[in-house]
Amino acid sequence: MSAIPQALGADVRTQACPGGPLLVRGAEQVVALDGSVHDVLRPVVALCRCACSSRAPWCDGAHKMLPPARRPGAEDVR
Amino acid sequence: MQPTPSTGRAPGDLPIARGPLSRHVLDLLSGDPDVDGPLVDLDVSSDDPLADDDLQVALWTLYELHFRGFTGIDPGWEWSPRLLHVRRQLERVLLAHLLNAVAPEVDAAMAASGDLASRFFELCETYPGPSLSSVVGRQADRAQVLDFLAHRSVYQLKEADPHTFVVPRLDAVTKATLVEIQFDEYGAGRPDRVHQHLYARTMAAAGLDDAYAAYVDDVPAQTLALSTVVSMLGLHQRWRGAAVGHLAAVEATSSLPCRLYAAGVRRVGLPDEVATFFDEHVEADAVHEQLAVRDVCGSLVRAHPELERDVLLGAALCLHTEVRFAEMLLAAWADGSTAPTGRAERVPA
Repeated sequence: MSAIPQALGADVRTQACPGGPLLVRGAEQVVALDGSVHDVLRPVVALCRCACSSRAPWCDGAHKMLPPARRPGAEDVR
Repeated sequence: MQPTPSTGRAPGDLPIARGPLSRHVLDLLSGDPDVDGPLVDLDVSSDDPLADDDLQVALWTLYELHFRGFTGIDPGWEWSPRLLHVRRQLERVLLAHLLNAVAPEVDAAMAASGDLASRFFELCETYPGPSLSSVVGRQADRAQVLDFLAHRSVYQLKEADPHTFVVPRLDAVTKATLVEIQFDEYGAGRPDRVHQHLYARTMAAAGLDDAYAAYVDDVPAQTLALSTVVSMLGLHQRWRGAAVGHLAAVEATSSLPCRLYAAGVRRVGLPDEVATFFDEHVEADAVHEQLAVRDVCGSLVRAHPELERDVLLGAALCLHTEVRFAEMLLAAWADGSTAPTGRAERVPA
């Protein structure tokens, strides 16, 4: 399974969505796979785990275009 | 920016009647709600309540009393037994039709294997109907994209409000997650990011009337139903499970279509600012769909297993009204109609 973006913050809580993104609460910044740093402007953000998002590091729902077997699994959490 | 044209309808104006039911409601509203009057039984029979302009205008007007109300109309009408008696008759007809229309899909989702979240997403991803977003994204011309924006404004300018009515009807855990979503819908503390406001900016940037309900007299029943069906669910404690399911289905069918809507807006050469609303929803709703399906619906059904069918029902009602809207709009475009005004057949007042 591909790498996922890193969430930075003092009290980061995560929740993996089977077949979908990683939900993150409490993050202040997110580091994308290309090293770029993004400020978090929402109370909860969804980080792409399928590497198909057109708005990486954020999820854009693109995992739904993948066949279910190729979507990210619930076990793939740091 | 060019001046925004007006449809001639000011916010707070009553809609134009389109038949005896809406005429009856408007006639009542011109009077005094504190004067007792008879509870009138109306002929509310309708072959297809989702395509019935008169019924939908009457219901939209009745529900609007619970939202913004009307200029010069006594707000006391909101809880008038005479109006509630009318509303109940209309809702019964609409509900009977809707429950029948979506029963096969709801039954299948109840019977399918897997947890609620996987069955919920499956229902949303496989619901039968045309893809309006594909047409807007890839084929629609400029006039059709503008038409689409005008139709959607009837709901989008009150986006999130009907679902907010359900908040006090939920347990703490469900409530906490729902409000997390609604907080984002209402701009997360920044008034300029309120989604309703983002849509108004989309309308103005597209050169359309950005006023609340500006196009209500110009759109047909199927467009009004996008607002009335969710208002019915939100206003009835009895339908709290369906209201929550409706919200989750809105979120679960938003990210990918909004990417196509934004692409369509840019493809026909409309300003970038018109696409901002859709860009925002690609990202926001990728979060909201997970929260709404897994945490809001999930926690509700864990605490109240008897509401599982209502949650799936609410989702199916959202999907069904969207399909009816898409079919109406695509049929109008196939007939060569792209005017965001004057499509509805009016019955002279």
